Amino acid sequence: MLLISELEAMSNQRVSSRNFLLISIALAAVFITVQSLVLLWFSISLVNYIIDSVISNVLLAIIAYCLGNILRYYRPDKNKFFYVFIWDLGISGVWLLVINWLLSFLIKDTSYAAFLYKSSPVRFFVAFLITGLAAMISWVVYSYEEQRQNEKRQTETEKLTKQAELFKLRKQLHPHFLFNSLNSISALTISRPEEARNMVQQLADFLRGTLKNEDELQVTLEEELRLLQLYLDIERVRFGYRLYTLIDSKEVSNGNSMVKIPQLLLQPIVENAIKFGLYDTIDEVLIKIIAKKEDSLLSISVHNPFDPATSSFQKGTGFGLSSIVRRLYLLYGRNDLLETKAEGNTFITTVKIPQND
Amino acid sequence: MIKAIIIDDEPLAREMIKEYLQAYPFISIVQECGDGFEGVKAISQHEPDLIFLDVQMPKINGFEMLELLNTPPAVIFTTAFDEYAIKAFEAHAIDYLLKPFSKERFEKAIQKVKGENEKVKISTKPQLDEETITISPEQHNRVVVKTGNNIRIIPMHEIEYMQADDDYVKIHTKNGSYLKKKTITYYEKIMDASQFVRVHRSYILQVQQITRIEPYEKDGHIAILKSGEKIPISKTGYPKLKAILGL
Repeated sequence: MLLISELEAMSNQRVSSRNFLLISIALAAVFITVQSLVLLWFSISLVNYIIDSVISNVLLAIIAYCLGNILRYYRPDKNKFFYVFIWDLGISGVWLLVINWLLSFLIKDTSYAAFLYKSSPVRFFVAFLITGLAAMISWVVYSYEEQRQNEKRQTETEKLTKQAELFKLRKQLHPHFLFNSLNSISALTISRPEEARNMVQQLADFLRGTLKNEDELQVTLEEELRLLQLYLDIERVRFGYRLYTLIDSKEVSNGNSMVKIPQLLLQPIVENAIKFGLYDTIDEVLIKIIAKKEDSLLSISVHNPFDPATSSFQKGTGFGLSSIVRRLYLLYGRNDLLETKAEGNTFITTVKIPQND
Repeated sequence: MIKAIIIDDEPLAREMIKEYLQAYPFISIVQECGDGFEGVKAISQHEPDLIFLDVQMPKINGFEMLELLNTPPAVIFTTAFDEYAIKAFEAHAIDYLLKPFSKERFEKAIQKVKGENEKVKISTKPQLDEETITISPEQHNRVVVKTGNNIRIIPMHEIEYMQADDDYVKIHTKNGSYLKKKTITYYEKIMDASQFVRVHRSYILQVQQITRIEPYEKDGHIAILKSGEKIPISKTGYPKLKAILGL
């Protein structure tokens, strides 16, 4: 990912520096023409003015190009912009000396020599303006380019961090569940080996489900419910004597099987409901999971019994659902997708998943 | 003969222990319990020498159950939660078995029981350490008390004030008051310091319950609670209370 974007950036840079070269050449051509016309006005012979224009302007274009390239890799601080101005003066002076020497060497004409001498201040000034302009333009262009690169890198970093955090949140399987299940299996091996083997199978299927397709963040509701059922089956081996579960997704599955849900979103909610139901009450526990479609939202509510008198829920601790809230926020940028409420002795956790169909 | 009780909410976990115990005929299981309430009842009825105790159980956890016993028997914790090991040894548990545990590991625990048995009469051994501050999360939020044969779970926020009473703490709520064998210093440590203040050597009160604070005698103060109760505030307690009330 990063490599591709870097390559892209590099090719972008190459394009813009090629453009820069083209612009320099084009500008040189324009100036050659303009200068030629001016020189014609001063009634210099045709050959001489062509030599003069080409030499001075090509040299100027090369200088402007070099200056631009220097500024691409090295730009002094904003408050040292003054230095660029000084370079500029120096370069224009050097340029003037070089063309004066070259032209007087190439053109042996006394009237031209006088003209060359007289026009020096004007030439110097024009050179100063043009190189200054080139410096300014490349400064702006390359600063902007760099800023854009930085922004791109930053968004890339943010995206990776977000992915890592989502990955971590998705993987929050309670290890106690695993250890207690293994303990149940250990107990079953002696008295009921057949059931033990069955439970090993279920546990393996469940773990495989939680480990696979890591890139595929969204799964169908059916897939998620299948995994959930495996989880519930395992819990029922442990607490079968008081744990009852009911999954109702008729309303959604009828004619609409393409409902999507972030992978492993429901399992921690249900785990929480079970834990809560089992440890907050003494009687039989019924966990109800009801899926509904509401406009463009898939709504899934998980019901569990609780004891309003002694529950720590009154303190508003949120039952460790904060990781779900965080996950939903990272995925959808919304904080209102998880709701909890108490109705008598039933605690209801409702999660809403936006569907973009 | 050692009398034992297994207290665990998962039947298969109890089965496991029973299975392992078959190798030790000198230990007899007198009862199995599925939660701490049953556990308390069974322990007072059978007075066992040894209990196998799970930590996470319905309503009250294993530690809270131990708090309710006047003379707790020897305890072997069996749990999948290794974060409670320190707490368990502070509660003078004989051993701490992490589920799932092997026969060999179980053997070691039983050897320890035998060792304890020869040293002293084990039933006097375990006693919860009053000053312990590593506690289970549930114990931050509630206090479990026993009144006669009833067990009550009092959420912290329902406690109006606490009063030291010899080896006990008297916990006052709007529904009545309860005795708990703990020190007031223990509660000062574990209670939410933004809600409960030790205003006096013998008193902790819930800030929300205060309606008025009045000067009392020379340079003392008293707090008047919503219930009309008057609680003395000591010279050292007064600045603590003022700090929390933002005065």
